[in-house]
Amino acid sequence: MNLAELSVALETRATPEGLAWLREASAAVAADATAVRTRFPMAGRKVGRGPLEEGADPADLFTWTIDDAARVLLLVAMGEAAEGELAELYRYGDAAERRGVLRALPFLDLGDRGLGLTDDAIRTNDTRLIAAALGPYATEHLPDAAYDQAVLKCVFVGVPITGVDGVPARVTPDGARMLAAFVHERVAAGRDVPAEVWIVIDKYPHAGEIAAIEAELDSEFDDRRAAAQRALSHRIQERA
Amino acid sequence: MRIFDPHAHMTSRTTDDYEAMAASGVKVLVEPAFWLGQPRTSVGSFIDYFNSLLGWERFRAAQFGIRHHCTIGLNPKEANDDLLRREVIDILPRFLAKDGVVAVGEVGFDAMTPAEDEALREQLALAVEHELPVLVHTPHRDKAAGTRKTIELVEASGIAPEMVVIDHNNELTVHEVLASGCWAGFSIYPGTKMDEHRMVRVLEQHGPERLIVNSACDWGVSDPLKVRKTADAMKAAGFDDDVIDHVVWRNPVEFFAQSGRLILDDLAEADLSATFEGSGVLRGERA
Repeated sequence: MNLAELSVALETRATPEGLAWLREASAAVAADATAVRTRFPMAGRKVGRGPLEEGADPADLFTWTIDDAARVLLLVAMGEAAEGELAELYRYGDAAERRGVLRALPFLDLGDRGLGLTDDAIRTNDTRLIAAALGPYATEHLPDAAYDQAVLKCVFVGVPITGVDGVPARVTPDGARMLAAFVHERVAAGRDVPAEVWIVIDKYPHAGEIAAIEAELDSEFDDRRAAAQRALSHRIQERA
Repeated sequence: MRIFDPHAHMTSRTTDDYEAMAASGVKVLVEPAFWLGQPRTSVGSFIDYFNSLLGWERFRAAQFGIRHHCTIGLNPKEANDDLLRREVIDILPRFLAKDGVVAVGEVGFDAMTPAEDEALREQLALAVEHELPVLVHTPHRDKAAGTRKTIELVEASGIAPEMVVIDHNNELTVHEVLASGCWAGFSIYPGTKMDEHRMVRVLEQHGPERLIVNSACDWGVSDPLKVRKTADAMKAAGFDDDVIDHVVWRNPVEFFAQSGRLILDDLAEADLSATFEGSGVLRGERA
């Protein structure tokens, strides 16, 4: 999503009063950067909180909301002054405000200076923040090892990696190996993994780990054999 | 019976309390920011406390079908720490702008010091600026003088009196508070301050207009079911259901609705396995 698309989507979905508030707030923060300290938390109440795209599923962690778009436009309106307020907006922000900061990162001229915020979000167990952190900004700036770890964490906490920017292209062979090892660990515990893990694993199939998963098909325990069958059946579907 | 407890420090209470409150009819409550029984020594403690009132506690209440709102402010006891007072008041605007904040508070007097005076004036000005009502605490000692001084400061601030509730009243302070145009709050405690039977007498004398009843339950000896017990005492004294509803529901709704941020819709069936920022109220691994 680029800035023009964000603006158009917001014009379609927000009320005239909400848009008027946003214009006024944008002018205020452009004139005085500290005004964003109260405008940023108010954005949801004033402009709306529903999905930015009509009919989108609000439970989808990757769905943009109306307040996400409003917050991004507020930060963009601040120009260069946005960077000086960003860390504090994140620090004092609730989950929605933090998501707004994270979603704004690729639209601000920050270089890698926003990585501290991305790292913090990925360290949490809040799936909304993890999903918001793993957008184009993370794809461009996260070091390889951190990106791989983030994808693994997504699978661990239940963020669907199909929505993560850069998957599977950005994952390294080591990332694919870690994910295969995770599948083996889960299968050995008789548990399931999401089908989409194979998108990453099969980009760089690690022979040793995949052989270990396949060996579970002959496990002496029923639950492990069944788990291996379920996990590997997804592999065939993903390939097809 | 539908009950709105306009003053309950739920951070200090257990999930059993939430269950019992919901069973007694509590559908909505307001948790005022206050002190925690031991002085905090840094502004970071306030930031975390405010965030928990807006986040975790709101989530926890919703798990039991109760809508949780809060008030944000610097209490008078801790206002006496000069450095802390300045630092906390500096960060208040960020929090006063947030969803779920329905008033500035608790503010007011404890020992009636110049520092408390300054904190109260500054926070009344913030309430005007953020178009929020104010919840004012009155002192336990020298209550009559503290209440009078509070009313003077409210008048001097220029805030509309109907935007102010002066809390912890008794038989002696209620006249003056009502005459000022402010709302009069009553905290119903086991043993001290005010009990439900004395509250019934106050209601018989003054009627239900601009009177608000709360449990003020916190970490001390207190009872989260005191609003229901007051309603029951009113019933036993012959008040009809409409007057009871006026006191335990419509009055706090009318007062806090002035914030424009009150949410009164029924919460859907509680889901105890839901999580807030990755944490839930259940122990152990989730399915």
